[in-house]
Amino acid sequence: MFESLSEGLQSAFKSIRGKGKLTEANMRQGLQMVEQALLEADVSYSVVQDFMDHVSEQALGQKVLLALKPEEELVRIVHQQLVEILGPVDFSIPLKQDEVTILMMCGLQGSGKTTTCGKLAQLLKEQKARPFLVAADLQRPAAIEQLKTLGRQLDVPVYSDLENKNPVEVCRAGVAQAKSQGANIVILDTAGRLAIDEELMQQLSQIDRKVNPDQVFLVVDGMTGQDAVNSAAAFNEALELDGVIMTKLDGDARGGALLSVKHVTQVPIKFIGTGEHLDALEPFRPEGMAGRILEMGDIVAVAQEAHRIIDDQEREKLEAKMASGNFTLQEFRGILEKISKPGLMQKMIGLMPGMGDLRKMMEGEDTDREMRKMLGMIDSMTPAERRNPKLIDTTRRNRIAKGSGVAPSLVTGLIKQFSMMAPMMQMAAGGGMKDRMAMMQQMQNSMLGDPSMAGMKVKKGTGKRLSPKERQKMQKERQKQLRKMKRKR
Amino acid sequence: MAFWNKKNKNEDTGAPEAAKSSAGTPAENSPESAKKSGGIFASVKAALQKTSRALNTDIRDVFKSQGELVDDEFLKRLFAVLVKSDMGGAMAAQVRDRIGNEYRARKVEFQDILDVIADEIGQTLAQGGTEIHMAEEGPTVILVVGVNGSGKTTSIAKLAYRFTQQGKRVLLGAGDTFRAAAVEQLTIWSQRIGCDIVTADAGADPGVVAFKATQKARDENYDVCIMDTAGRLQTQSNLMQELEKIRRVIGKHIPEAPHEVLLVLDATAGQNAISQAKGFSDAAGCTGIVLAKIDGSAKGGVIVPIRQQFELPVKLVGLGEQLEDMAEFDPEMFAKALLAESKS
Repeated sequence: MFESLSEGLQSAFKSIRGKGKLTEANMRQGLQMVEQALLEADVSYSVVQDFMDHVSEQALGQKVLLALKPEEELVRIVHQQLVEILGPVDFSIPLKQDEVTILMMCGLQGSGKTTTCGKLAQLLKEQKARPFLVAADLQRPAAIEQLKTLGRQLDVPVYSDLENKNPVEVCRAGVAQAKSQGANIVILDTAGRLAIDEELMQQLSQIDRKVNPDQVFLVVDGMTGQDAVNSAAAFNEALELDGVIMTKLDGDARGGALLSVKHVTQVPIKFIGTGEHLDALEPFRPEGMAGRILEMGDIVAVAQEAHRIIDDQEREKLEAKMASGNFTLQEFRGILEKISKPGLMQKMIGLMPGMGDLRKMMEGEDTDREMRKMLGMIDSMTPAERRNPKLIDTTRRNRIAKGSGVAPSLVTGLIKQFSMMAPMMQMAAGGGMKDRMAMMQQMQNSMLGDPSMAGMKVKKGTGKRLSPKERQKMQKERQKQLRKMKRKR
Repeated sequence: MAFWNKKNKNEDTGAPEAAKSSAGTPAENSPESAKKSGGIFASVKAALQKTSRALNTDIRDVFKSQGELVDDEFLKRLFAVLVKSDMGGAMAAQVRDRIGNEYRARKVEFQDILDVIADEIGQTLAQGGTEIHMAEEGPTVILVVGVNGSGKTTSIAKLAYRFTQQGKRVLLGAGDTFRAAAVEQLTIWSQRIGCDIVTADAGADPGVVAFKATQKARDENYDVCIMDTAGRLQTQSNLMQELEKIRRVIGKHIPEAPHEVLLVLDATAGQNAISQAKGFSDAAGCTGIVLAKIDGSAKGGVIVPIRQQFELPVKLVGLGEQLEDMAEFDPEMFAKALLAESKS
């Protein structure tokens, strides 16, 4: 269902493409889509409301990067905010020097506390700590046996007392035994309980007061729904949590509950459980989780890529250069180099909404190789030639061709292409909004017709609008070109 | 005669046109279909009726001193209640929009609207019945499946207790050979209930347990045989295949078994439960749902879209940690509780 989301977003924003800033009007539909996605990911309703308010505030008035469409910019901002809220990364378990650190696990029934105790013990062992387990789940039949079995598998000592029905006493005795056995971290496995069960919640805070654990971790099932806010709040109130562990994330649950829990408790998310085996406990990474909750990975990838390729400062410099008409082959080379990362071009174009056709055309061609050839040609030029390609006469052309190992005609092609591009760049950077849009349109159209960009013609805006007839004619022309391309292949 | 001919002709050409247009837009059928059947007068009448109905209600509402105007704010509040029930954003939006279409600009009591929706949900959920399907003769075999930690073993214990209370002889099959101490957990339950159990060593093939348990149930003439399975996520295809195998093995001794395949869902689960219902139904052919942990603050509304999409009826609900904490599913009560406005 959610694969269609990016498509939906695209169509939602189609009408406002090319606008330079995010406004309330052009975000509304996109925000609604994001809200729907979050709700389907099981983020609690109240949290979604707060989050959406926060995001629209953040996004309002943000510039849309030239290469991006508003919806991509918006999704990028949403993703960024998600990462920020879910972060920061903190998967440390602070151990006390020369003393026993006490770690307490709590959560609802069936959230995975006992298994997670085992996983944590394994992890601590790997970090050269000496863990010790205490079976304080006296409710569920065989919970003690389960922890003991895990202890045997891991070769970690387990304290249990089948006779005692008081978890506080069991925890105290467990900690005492751990100290005497020279362990440096004790993990208390408490019984699962409902957040509305006041008696059991009281018992939990009693353990907290009497045994005084250094760290209290809440274990949350990754499939939890709307109720996550309620239970997390109840546990946080009874116990002052220090961290959250989310389990069962190896399935297809979107894990939106994590956002709810984080929102309510504000404590760091430490680990995620990703399997049934004892080594399946991973440090939490907000980026991955944000993508999982949002499920709009493609759009986020494009937007981030675009931001990475041209960071703001560099872009300003570049735009200034372009605007002043000083855009030389040297700068062109810089851009080429950035986008010549293997496969990136194809990926970017494929991900760009509405550019699917172009990708199909490009699939057969070795774009990366073409790109490398172009780089080679520019490298074979002298700095003077790069600044002013008009210098390049037949002799120079042949030299460049030899130097880069291509046919001389290709050099001519590159120079032609560049001389057509330069004024376009200038227009793109310096011109008004209208010129810019016209240029983008033209670039896209001519790219559709000819991916090698050879046929680009640039006209500066004359202020004249095309009549419908003329537009129709242009459209026909384009389609003719497209058909020609297809036949050729 | 000329006049009549003309009119008939008109009607002749009119009818197919109306049929065409009504076929094109099946949604707005009332005036169109009226035109088709009874000519222009009927269509006017239908249109007038619609207006008068709308007027009637409006006037009635205007004179109401109490109630709220159904506006965006009202619908937003309704949406919040629906979403918080865990029925899912898409479904909540659907219900909200429908209520918006039917009641917009009218004055109603918020609670009345909730009651209308709850009634509908209750009716939907009531389809399929809540009885456990029993074998006509010989032992009834019930296979219990679900994701990790959903409450399978506890539900099995409660189910076994129910049957024992009804005077039936129950045999348990400890098919969770994977999780540490799962066999012990079920064994302890069987001792408390006083029923028999078939176990195998940890790590053994659950198919072996299924084979032995059904064999014993048939040979020793038990009334009910309940098979536990290890918790698994519906995305683990090899484990889902294992379920298919267990199902096949069960059918070896008792051809029409399993008579029931119960999927245990955690009431705190959100939209992933839909994926669980799909995955487990595909692999194990579920026939019903046990909704566990309904005694908490979670509402378990996800069973509504599940009922709609997979026609899987909820048969039992789990209400606590004790053996007697299980009840037959009551759709009406459930639907009411589902839409009760909570504080959060």
